Amino acid sequence: MKTVEEIKAAIEAAVPRAGVEIVSNPSVSAQHSLRLAPGCALEVAKFLRDDAELALDFLSNVTGVDWPDKEIAEKVKVTRAVTKTVDGVEQTVEETVEETSKRVVPGCLEAVYHLYSVKLKHGPVVLRMRTVNRTDQVELPSLTPIWRSAEFQEREVFDLYGIVFAGHHDLRRLLMWPEFKDHPMRRDYLEPDDFEFEPTAHDVVLARAEAHRAAHPGASSDQEGAKA
Amino acid sequence: MNFPALFRAKEKPAGWNQPTVMKTHGEGDLLEVAMGPHHPSTHGVFRMDVALDGERVIRLKPVFGYLHRNHEKIAEGISYLASMPYTDRLDYICPITNNWAYALAVEKLTGQEVPERAEYLRVITGELTRFQNHASSIGFLIQEMGASGTPLMYAFREREKILDLFEELTGARMMVNYMRFGGCRVDATPAWLDKTRVVVAGLGGFVDEFEKLLRSNEILMARTQGVGILKPELAVNAGVTGPMLRASGVDYDIRKVDQYGIYDRFKFRVPLGDHGDVYDRFMIRMLEMRESIGILEQALKDIPGGPVMDPKAKSRGFRPKPGEVYGRIEAPKGELGFYLISDGGPNPYRYRVRPPSLINLTVLEDMCLGADVADVVLIFGSVDIVLGEVDR
Repeated sequence: MKTVEEIKAAIEAAVPRAGVEIVSNPSVSAQHSLRLAPGCALEVAKFLRDDAELALDFLSNVTGVDWPDKEIAEKVKVTRAVTKTVDGVEQTVEETVEETSKRVVPGCLEAVYHLYSVKLKHGPVVLRMRTVNRTDQVELPSLTPIWRSAEFQEREVFDLYGIVFAGHHDLRRLLMWPEFKDHPMRRDYLEPDDFEFEPTAHDVVLARAEAHRAAHPGASSDQEGAKA
Repeated sequence: MNFPALFRAKEKPAGWNQPTVMKTHGEGDLLEVAMGPHHPSTHGVFRMDVALDGERVIRLKPVFGYLHRNHEKIAEGISYLASMPYTDRLDYICPITNNWAYALAVEKLTGQEVPERAEYLRVITGELTRFQNHASSIGFLIQEMGASGTPLMYAFREREKILDLFEELTGARMMVNYMRFGGCRVDATPAWLDKTRVVVAGLGGFVDEFEKLLRSNEILMARTQGVGILKPELAVNAGVTGPMLRASGVDYDIRKVDQYGIYDRFKFRVPLGDHGDVYDRFMIRMLEMRESIGILEQALKDIPGGPVMDPKAKSRGFRPKPGEVYGRIEAPKGELGFYLISDGGPNPYRYRVRPPSLINLTVLEDMCLGADVADVVLIFGSVDIVLGEVDR
């Protein structure tokens, strides 16, 4: 099978504005992946499926990954002029101080696709796509028009991660019920207060139940406590 | 006890449990029926919302999630090894192959080697699992056709022998928790191997009997031939794997393609169907059972001595280096894969199960359109699903 670099070159020859990036995998498995720009993903997918040398006709696995906003604390050495009193005389001394600076790396949601070829019996080729952020720009193109096997799996990713697949003909929740809010597989998901169905609530559960009932007078739905 | 607010019944909208009848353009009335979630033919809790024009299916939408417990989220909160017993509960008919797929993925992630004897034990237990899965899935299919009891009990008689072997080897009949990263949990005694040889020697006779009973049965042929046809192009495009894909005539068996473990050492054939109907799926399973017996005989003949765990395998403080992996095996129901991302911590950052049962259901509507509602039960049965894996 072609290496990731060769596949990247083939894609760029076929789809000039593809914007493919290689994401290397440092583990022993060495399954490196290709990150696609969402804009051209459908074209690239069509090429990967129909190209005679690749013939990736079988989409095995579709899944999501959540990368939350990350706060990175870095220690930086800063040199400053400090006024100090040394031996009773006021002097300006250069002093090096360690300061912690924090910066936030914005998070995103990622969809991962594992492709194989049934015709040529090779694979996997790993594709990834990233959303702009985790809140309002969570749209990615659906690859269901190219590979039908993405149909249920993209619904599952939409359900559990909240990635909206544009172009999917039937994008509904797959595992959770339709009225459910929030996306359980996200790293920052908080479980709803559904303890009230505990038949003999006691200890911690009873305390939470009472706090919940105080906050939601008259509520009995298991969705009242879920965050919107 | 005082639970006034807790058990208040929710108000139901008027007519919430009535079947919906809707009009279409002069074709007459359509009846919408919810088959399931407690329909006996759904092998668990699974619902199909079927729209019927008389007896004919014109729409079918599967509804999932009745057994959903977010296995993936649970696994991301516990260590790598702690997920191993949870994998038993995915496809609970074939726990050994679930263990194997997970162990294989983690071993691929860390570059862990597996001793030879453990590889042989994996093949032996894995093929026994495949045998009993195929036997009981045929039994269920025939049961759904109306042959109550007898063929299913024939299958379960053999399954019982195999489960007894598992019990003796692992301590549990179904929730075996047998594999570890770098081998198997316990070694097989010579007495167990002898017992297995005796059981395997009897399996051939069972398949002969089972095939003679069913293969040319007139009712079975009438009910299954030409029903639920799946074209090979659609099967590949929709990610269908396992016996279903091969019944449509696509030569794709991961034991041959990836040659994971030691499958390159065994001689076996990959049976292929040529019509892709329910009958072909039934026959493919029958033929695969014969191939499994062949593999079992070879493995039981060649099994070497030695350890069953790599002595260098780390059991405490297991933290794979950062990276990711997708590992897959040919489980009895299709391609069972595990996708793992490690961030260097003790728990997987991302843990994903690629469930063959769920993805094989993608084509359920395509196979059922135009069929009679009675055939839906058969077509669905021929997919061979387990809800523990579909809903995870």
